[in-house]
Amino acid sequence: MIDSVLVANRGEIARRIIRTLRRTGIRAIAVYSEADAALPYVREADEAVPIGPAPPARSYLDAGAVLDAARRTGAAAIHPGYGFLAENAGFATAVIDAGLTWVGPPPSAIELMGDKINARNLMEAAGVPVAAGSREPVADVAAAVAEAERIGYPVMIKAAAGGGGIGMSAAANEAALRAGFETARSRAERFFGSAAILLERYIDRARHVEVQILGLNDSRVLALGERDCSVQRRHQKIAEETPSPGVTPGLRARMLAAAARAGEAVGYLGAGTVECLVDAASQEFVFLEMNTRIQVEHPITEMVTGIDLVEQQLLIAAGGDVSFAPESVQPDGHAVELRVYAEDPVRFLPSPGLITEWEEPSGPGVRVDAGYAAGNEVTPFYDPLLAKLCVHGASRDEALRRARAAVAGFRIRGPKTNLPFHAELLDSDEFTSGRYDTSVVGRLRP
Amino acid sequence: MMVGLLPGAVDRRGAEARRLRVAEVRAEMVANVWQVVASEGDSVADGDTLVVLESMKMEIPVLAEAAGTVTKLAVAEGDVVQEGDLIAVIE
Repeated sequence: MIDSVLVANRGEIARRIIRTLRRTGIRAIAVYSEADAALPYVREADEAVPIGPAPPARSYLDAGAVLDAARRTGAAAIHPGYGFLAENAGFATAVIDAGLTWVGPPPSAIELMGDKINARNLMEAAGVPVAAGSREPVADVAAAVAEAERIGYPVMIKAAAGGGGIGMSAAANEAALRAGFETARSRAERFFGSAAILLERYIDRARHVEVQILGLNDSRVLALGERDCSVQRRHQKIAEETPSPGVTPGLRARMLAAAARAGEAVGYLGAGTVECLVDAASQEFVFLEMNTRIQVEHPITEMVTGIDLVEQQLLIAAGGDVSFAPESVQPDGHAVELRVYAEDPVRFLPSPGLITEWEEPSGPGVRVDAGYAAGNEVTPFYDPLLAKLCVHGASRDEALRRARAAVAGFRIRGPKTNLPFHAELLDSDEFTSGRYDTSVVGRLRP
Repeated sequence: MMVGLLPGAVDRRGAEARRLRVAEVRAEMVANVWQVVASEGDSVADGDTLVVLESMKMEIPVLAEAAGTVTKLAVAEGDVVQEGDLIAVIE
């Protein structure tokens, strides 16, 4: 049994992890940068350690500072949350070498899946379908052009070491590829420390559907259901739901089985997510990437399964069994998550500033995972996520009805937020019908 | 303050002001200065990128809104700018 955990993260996910730690009687240790000292998660932890100035490189990404904080507080384990050091195999190894428990998959799995090209090749070998794409990094623009000829346009240009939707662009033809290639490389270098690029066949009007997996200590990998994450702007998710309205029972069974196989192929342990693209018309799917961490949108899976995924991560990391009977998982009802971002609802441009009012909605089926409160300053150093508004209902209709009321009842003043956009989304015919794809936001904002 | 001037005088003053126009480029929001693209002394055209800011993982190019010469570059890479802070002066 792990008796203390240092949460190497901030904002809403740090708060959410701390909540489970406290509920299960585990001492919660928070770390915070100078910009985050007043955030709710800091005072809700049992102990909080300042780890540096605002810029992530000097605080949340400073592995030495985090490990030092763990040593000083006597933390028995480190939970990395998502982003920051969560998928850094070197950090995971350092945590383990320091004699602490790493709440996450083995560093080898992180390493294997951290490179998208590697991951694709491995999945293909394991019998998981992948889109036509690069089997090795594309060295330069000439190689890119040759590769795109082989794959066929349009292509997606992606950072092989990337994630979070950052650094991706589409090229409809050779001219666009030539124009976009160097930008993609420099972005890849800047954001992920590696200029390696891969090209993938672009699937038009695809749905982005992912599967939650849980790798157990007895080597089984469970697939706990899928989430539809097609509502995106700038290739970043802004709303998710489960089950996916675009996935039939037959496709669901195939995807969940493939996701479990994917996990087994890398000896996965703990919580992870297998991301795929689905062609709703043909009911075909392809593997995109595996995220070797807890995902932002995990709450909607929790709401339909009744399982606390962070609790399962801790149990698995401690070497034991999960708290539920794997064969008995029966998803119930429908859940949707709306990411409340500090950005204007029209052009989605960042809107940092002081929060002067913060009033959360409540009611049956409503769960708010908030990173901020009134009086907090939203700074430009981190992602724009203010809170996750999650709503459950017995049916999709009920979940959406409750979500509309919850959005209307969420009052944030200070920074601009995308709450008005979520109201529009929930009112739109396309989203309400369930027949939407990854270009839905583009149609609401032409 | 235009009190007491005749319409003809306003036009002349307007033309004079336009000839000596100084454009101050200011930050529209709190952000980090990620890249400084232009340098003091550069000639820029309308739409040229002066600096690229970064806020909450998004890149925000700051463009020249008219042609001219960059007479002052007030920021360096790594700076944090507040809303309204001066970034550059173009004349």
